[in-house]
Parts: sequence; C-alpha cells; structure tokens
Amino acid sequence: MAILFWMATVILDVVYLFWRTNNFSPGYTESLPEIAFILFILTSIFYFRGSIGKADSINFIDLLWRAFVTGLITTVLSLVIKLFLFVFDGHSITQNFVFVNLLYEFNIGLVLVFTLSGFIIFKRLILYQKTKRLLRAWNIYEIALAALLIIGVLDIIPYSPFFFAIAIPIILFGVVLSVNMKWVAYLNFKQKWKAILFIVLTLIYLLYYIQNLNQFGNNYIIQRNLFDSPFFLAIFSFIIAYSSFSLLVILFNLPTSSVFEQKMEEAMNFQKLSRAIPTGENEEQVYDILLSSAMSAVFADSAWIDIKEDHQEHLIMSRNITDENIRLMEQSLSDSKSKNFARRSLSRLTQAGVEVYSLRGTLYRSALIVPIEIEKKKTGELILLKEVSEGFNREMAEIITAFVNQACVSIENFRLIQNALENERYKEELKIAKKVQQSLLPEELIETDAFSIAAFSEAADEVGGDYYDILQSEEGKAVIIVGDVSGKGTSAAFNMSQMKGVFHSLAPMDISPEDFLVRANDALGSCLEKTSFITATIFQVDIKERKIVFARAGHCPTLFYCASKDESYYFKNIGLGLGILRNKDYQDYVQQQELQVEKGDVIILYTDGITESRNKEDEEFGYDRLREFLVQNSSLSPIEIKERLLEEFYRFCGTDKPLDDYTFMIIKFN
Amino acid sequence: MTEIKRYQEDDQVIIQINGEIDASSSIELDEALRSSLDESSKVLVDCEGLSYISSAGLGVFMSYIQETKQKEIQFVLYGMPEKVKSVFGILGLDQLIKIEDSKDKAKEVVD
Repeated sequence: MAILFWMATVILDVVYLFWRTNNFSPGYTESLPEIAFILFILTSIFYFRGSIGKADSINFIDLLWRAFVTGLITTVLSLVIKLFLFVFDGHSITQNFVFVNLLYEFNIGLVLVFTLSGFIIFKRLILYQKTKRLLRAWNIYEIALAALLIIGVLDIIPYSPFFFAIAIPIILFGVVLSVNMKWVAYLNFKQKWKAILFIVLTLIYLLYYIQNLNQFGNNYIIQRNLFDSPFFLAIFSFIIAYSSFSLLVILFNLPTSSVFEQKMEEAMNFQKLSRAIPTGENEEQVYDILLSSAMSAVFADSAWIDIKEDHQEHLIMSRNITDENIRLMEQSLSDSKSKNFARRSLSRLTQAGVEVYSLRGTLYRSALIVPIEIEKKKTGELILLKEVSEGFNREMAEIITAFVNQACVSIENFRLIQNALENERYKEELKIAKKVQQSLLPEELIETDAFSIAAFSEAADEVGGDYYDILQSEEGKAVIIVGDVSGKGTSAAFNMSQMKGVFHSLAPMDISPEDFLVRANDALGSCLEKTSFITATIFQVDIKERKIVFARAGHCPTLFYCASKDESYYFKNIGLGLGILRNKDYQDYVQQQELQVEKGDVIILYTDGITESRNKEDEEFGYDRLREFLVQNSSLSPIEIKERLLEEFYRFCGTDKPLDDYTFMIIKFN
Repeated sequence: MTEIKRYQEDDQVIIQINGEIDASSSIELDEALRSSLDESSKVLVDCEGLSYISSAGLGVFMSYIQETKQKEIQFVLYGMPEKVKSVFGILGLDQLIKIEDSKDKAKEVVD
C-alpha cells in the first residue's frame, strides 16, 4: 500500500514536471501528488506501527538493530543512485530535469522509510515505562506532526517567518520529549556497547542523507525539496536529537552499569535462596547457594560456612580455601578477637553479631563474619575473606546479613515441612501398631465346664497395649493371662507380640504360674528395652478340681468375689513386673497362691486403665467402686456383668471415647 | 509443668521432682538420675511434689536398680504421696528401691 502511494507520488510528480517543461497543462493541480505523498507517509507509519513491537527490557537492542538495518538497506540503495549519477556525470541523461527529479524522488522514498521507521522505534523506547502525563504529551506531539504534514499541502514559502513560527515549536517539543530514556538503565554492559554502535551508525546515515539531499538541492532544480517540508524537518530533528541524547546517556551510564547488574544479580540470588527449599533441595544445598551468592555479592576471595548444631557433626563448606587454611584463619581470627584494635563491630549499624576484622600476617587482610541463626539459636557462622585490607563496608555487611537471614528462613521452612511429614508418618505407624495389637488378642474365648468368661478390650490412640489371652493345656487346665506392656506405639505392639509368643509357648507346658513368670521374665528380660517392662497376672484353673493357682507380676491386684460370703476383695500377693530384675533373683519376688473356688465365685482381671480413669471432678474410678460394683452385680452372667460394668464405667468417665487402654476379663465359676 | 531440680546437701545429691512424670518428662528424669549417680554415691529423690508417674517414669527408676546395687550407691526415694506409692507397690518396685516417708528417715538410711 505504502509502495503504491509512493509510486503514485513519483509518477504524478514526474508527469506533472514533464508536462510543465513541455508547456502542456498536466490536467490536474499540484495538490494531487501532495495528497498521494501524505498518504504514502501515513501508510508507511501504519505499516511500521504494526510491524515494530512494543519495547521490552529484552528487545531494546533488537529495536535499535532494526533501525540500523533499515538505515543500512536504504543507504545502500541511495548509494547506488549516487554511483549512477557519478558514473554518468556530464552525460545528457544526468542533465535531464525530469530524470534527476525522478532519482531525487527515489531518495525521498528511501529517507522517509528510514526516518519513519526510526521515529516509530524511538517512540517505543520513549514510551517504555510510560506515565499518563508522558503519554498525553506524546499524543499531542503526534497530532502536531500530523498538522504539520497537512499544512505542507498549502504552499507555504519555505523558511519564511510563518514557516519557522509553526515548525520551531514542534521541533523543540520533540527535543524535550527526547529526554525520556528509562530503557538505558536496563541494558547491561555489553548491550550498552551494542546500542552505542547502532546509534552512531544510524546518525551517520542521517548525516549522509542530509548531505546527499542537500547536494541534490544545490546541483539541480528540484520539484519537491524535502527540506522545504516542515513535517520532515520536525521528524529529522527529532531523530537526531533522540539519537544524540541516548548516545550521551548510554556513554555516561557505561561505568555504572556493573552496579546495576550487581543489584540485579543480588535480587536473583535472593529468589534462588527462597526457592531452594520448595524445589526439594536439602539444607546443604541452601548453604551452598548462600556461599556462592554471598561471595559474588561482595567480591570475596574466599569463604566458608561453619555449622555446629546439637547432636550433629560439624559441617564446614568452603570456597577457594583449603581445610588447612581454614584452621589457620580460625586461629588468626580468635587471636584477633582478643585484641580489640583488629575488630570493628558493625553492630550499631546492622544486625547484632556481625563483625568485621582487619588481619595481619595472613594471606587475607580482612574478614566479615555473620552469625547464622536458626529458630532463634545460633547454629553457625558465615566467614567471608578478602586479600585486601578494609575490604568490607556497611552496605556489604547489610546485604550479606540479608542473604543469611533469607537462607535461615528457607531452612526453618524446610524443617517445618519435614516435621509435618514426620508427624504424618508417626500417625501412620500408630495406626499399624494399633492393628497389630488388636490382631494379637484372641478372636474367641474358650468355654469350659468349670467357668464361663467374657472379655473387653479397647485402646485409645497413641497408647500402648493391653494384652489378654486364654489357652487350655493338655492336662485339662485353662491358663488365663492379662498383661500390660509399658511404652507406646510400635515398640509396645512389638513387646506385646513377644509376650504372646512367650504365653503360647509356656502355657501349654502345664507349668505352675510361678514357674511361668520366672521363665517369662528370663525370656523377656533379654529382649525388652532397658526402660521397658511388662506387668501380668496369670491364672491356672484346674477344671476338674475347681482350684485356681495364680501369680502376679507387678500387675493390678485381681478382684475376687466369694459367693458363699457374698463379699469381694483383692488378692494381696506380692509380685514384680517382668523385665524389672533381669537375673535369677527374680524368683524371690514371685508369690504363688492357690484357692478352691465354688459355684458363683467371680474373678475380674483388669488393667490400670479401668481403676485409674478419672471423671471430670478428677476423681478416680478406683478399687472400691469396682469392688462394690461386683458385689451388686455378682448374680449376673459374665456377659451381663461386662455390659453393666461398661455402662457404669463410661457413665462415670462422662465420655464414650477411650482416653486410655481399657481391658478386663470376667470369669464366673459354675 | 514438671520441674526437676538437683542440689547438693552434705555429701548427698538430692533430686527434687515437682509435677507429673510422663513419657516426655521421664527423659529429663533420666538425665537427672544419670548425672547424679555419676557424681555421688548417695542420691536421694524428693517425691513430695510428684503427683503422678507413668509407666515410662517407672521404667526410668527401674533401669537404675541393677547399677545402684552393683556400684553400692545409696539410692533412696522419699515423701511420695499415697497414690504414687501404691503404683510403686503394685509393680513391686518398693521391694527393690528404698522408699522412705520423710527426708529425715531417708537421710538416716543413707548415713
């Protein structure tokens, strides 16, 4: 489209000239080619606006590169025209008024393409990080330029006072707008050099064009002199002004660009530190990132991190320094600590504990030490070293402190997550332990002619196991056990399974309860943990003889109801928990008892969860309550007694959720 | 909140327990016993403020029975409330560890 309008302008201009030189009337007025010319400019601008993208911090150089390339192509084409003129210098064709104008028109096309693309590119750069005010100013400027373009149609005498009156304010406006160059700050050192190169070349093209077009104007009579157009002058001066300004700004910014890059890197390192943990890295990797970012932030020559946490090995991570040198420096630093002159505390200025040292007689002349604090506890130090003296200042101490704090926050977060996971695992483990415990209890209880039996067991979460079991020996004796394993969770479940193993191997052997406990103590003593023990009560019931033989290993005393006397009491035999005394002396602490039972007698075996349970008034369920309960309910069947007891027990506790392990067995003799 | 204090009196080390000994405070109790038995051959435990002891706490006391016997360390608990004393009694620990009613009696036993 733009090319079409350009061609139209060229043809109309040339035809107009041709006819005029031959004294013909062209058949149209001078304004027709002017309109084509304006349309050419407008379509070019729209084309560039569409094809040149928005300025972004990554593509400044691409934009400048584009201006440069456009300039290069148009300049080369223009040079071809110049070469043509040079070769045919003096030839009749170069004297032809119409032909020279045709060539000049070509040049106009080229220079406009170049300047308009430059104009759009600079517009993008100026409007980078625009404000509302700037945008408004720019819009006014564009409208003014458009007005200039239209005014160009009117025949204003070039360089007349009126011409200057309208052109100069707009030119000055363009120059004022040219001071907006925020984008320069975002270029790094290398990019700045590139930008300078492109802008210098762009300026050279511009100067070439000015010279070239001027030459045309001087040597030949030109129908459409570009320099007579106020619009063109405004655009031209704007591009020159903006190019020169940016050149100067970039030049002056060159030395400070490293500082800007440094700040950018610090910000990136911060992000790296805070993101290290969620991406699954461990604490050591965080320290590693801290070490490298701290070193690059203050240009340290060497550094190390020394971490000493409770119950853990010393962790030392270093950069550019051998272990031997670390030891030497540690020595030298602790020497300096005693001498005050070598130590400059920055604590007034930054976080407490940050220290700067000047050293003598070592490879390094200055040191910066920042404490590493995790969960409000000092866990280590970051030591940065420089070979120059007075190498650390307040800003450096501040940025390093910020790095260290960020790393510590990361590590704290890491530990929080870790703890949450461990808790989850622990809960899972407890669930398994509970399942194991339940599987260790008998599924059904044997019934004999001598007695009927009922049992209940319920465990609270996280509480160790109660155990009960019943077996019948070959000699027609029933062996009943109730036990309580100390400890919680998996270890309790494990000990409980050991107890079951012992019971199932010893009970069928028809040994006395006393013997049973001595042997069980032997077996368990070798596998229980040092602080673990098991309490148990074991009963052997001679079904034929209606005789019970029993012994107690530190377990709660058994409750007995004597039907003939209609009273209940606790057996008072001595005993010692299994695993407490792990040698032969144990047998001295076991006492076996025998009792002839009669019809209607009841035994309740239980664990301390029952008697020790408290109600809301902090009152224990207690031995007396249990004893009285049995007297009142002794006429019932074991299953009924069990139901009643549960009812009474939970009513007393005021809850239906177990807060402890509750186990009991009720045996009633027939 | 459980508080376990240690102090020297004459040639004896006295461990004073205030509060409950459960699974978590039993670790603290274990540490106190460990260092006291390393320091002195006469160790008294003041249980006047001991309101409750779990099986974990009993396990700690139990784990030092053999050692005090072998090293002939005088190890006496005193001043337990009745409830706590019955817990020691049921388990049978009162047969293995000297438990006295008062500090004076405990001191008599040690001397």
